[in-house]
Amino acid sequence: MKRAPTAPGQRSALTVLLVMLLVLPALWPAAAATPNFPPLSGRIVDQAHIIPPATAARIEPKLADLEQKSGIQLVVATVPSLQGEEIEPFANELLRYWQLGEKTKNNGVLLLVAPNEHRVRIEVGYGLEGTLTDALSAVIIANAMTTRFKANDYGGGIERGVDDIITVLTTDSADWQARPQLRLDSGDNSPSAAMPFLLAAIFVIILLSAVSPGFRSVVFQILLVLLMSSGRGGGGASWGGGSGGGFSGGGGSSGGGGASGGW
Amino acid sequence: MSASLSRFRAIFAVLVLGLTVSACGYNDIPTLEEAAKAKWAEVQNQYQRRADLIPNLVSTVQGYAKQEKDVLTAVVEARASATQVKIEASDLTDPDKMKQFEAAQNQLSGALGRLLAVSENYPDLKSNQNFLALQSQLEGTENRIAVARRDYIEAVRVYNTELETFPGVFWAATFFRGNKPMVEFTANDNAQAPPQVKF
Repeated sequence: MKRAPTAPGQRSALTVLLVMLLVLPALWPAAAATPNFPPLSGRIVDQAHIIPPATAARIEPKLADLEQKSGIQLVVATVPSLQGEEIEPFANELLRYWQLGEKTKNNGVLLLVAPNEHRVRIEVGYGLEGTLTDALSAVIIANAMTTRFKANDYGGGIERGVDDIITVLTTDSADWQARPQLRLDSGDNSPSAAMPFLLAAIFVIILLSAVSPGFRSVVFQILLVLLMSSGRGGGGASWGGGSGGGFSGGGGSSGGGGASGGW
Repeated sequence: MSASLSRFRAIFAVLVLGLTVSACGYNDIPTLEEAAKAKWAEVQNQYQRRADLIPNLVSTVQGYAKQEKDVLTAVVEARASATQVKIEASDLTDPDKMKQFEAAQNQLSGALGRLLAVSENYPDLKSNQNFLALQSQLEGTENRIAVARRDYIEAVRVYNTELETFPGVFWAATFFRGNKPMVEFTANDNAQAPPQVKF
């Protein structure tokens, strides 16, 4: 009788512990990324609300057209705050977080504007550093963007900047070849290469376990071990390729190419 | 029949052993070691890129600011000593060598910073197109160095953690006894901050 009141308390404490254990690993990757990045909701992520809808409607098809023709993912982002960071690491981390550009080509470009910090940056993926060079990025920022930003014409500056970036990216003929279709979604071809071996291995295992009951028990034990260990190593899988028709990054990365400016 | 069966059994045991061993993280140490080395190669690559920009920068500045001889020679000398300190992949576990590399590169950063500060005094130089392009390239390189260093520090952290935590510590004590933790960069504020360039 005396134990009855304590039991629920113990049980709820246990439940809390269990939930914490289950939830903590899930939160781990999120905790590792320092700034709080907005989701990649489209080709224009206007968190600072400085791009007029009419301008956004004009820019959006240009960005989509660029990706369709060249595979290059150019995304325009504005943030209300850099969360205490410099714009250079912030833009680099954001491009990597969104994984702009194709995984094998790293051909993503991020145009980031932080109106409250008066900073702008063009972050260029590894694969485009030779085309959209630091010097060209600096020229685009100085000529097309910061002059307009000074006059509070954010929409105009961003539109002009996007136009100039696209011009630079598309005058290099090597990067401007019409694609037969959009980029391959989740284009990891390793499973298809390993498939025959996997099938052969499975076939052999089935054959062997059919022959001997000893094998069967061994196979069973291994399966058990594999199932139990499959939890480790999780995460890491990139969701890539928007199968739902939405827009998403293709697994690209950047190493700090591009230029920044202020006004 | 029984002979062939035991043979099957032997082959199977080897297969199973291989699978379990790799599932227990036997491959993690070499994989992470190679990843960290690749990140280091990128760090060195970017420092080299900076060193390659300097002769052009120096000659451009010289055309406008001959009298700044001390600053110019300081940059040239710092570059020469920085390019001499090379870190091979096998040196990554050697703290002294890494310190030497850091010191040489920091000295070059300082000399470059002074050169850029001095060039502020020459309006003709500041509006020179070649100088402006070099400046943005230098800025970009400093930024790439920062990114490459960050990536390397992260890769080393993961590698060193693997050597010290459970499945890895077992392999490190048995098969990979030669694998030592790599030296992390001491994040030097002076080196992290790119030289201030004001227009």
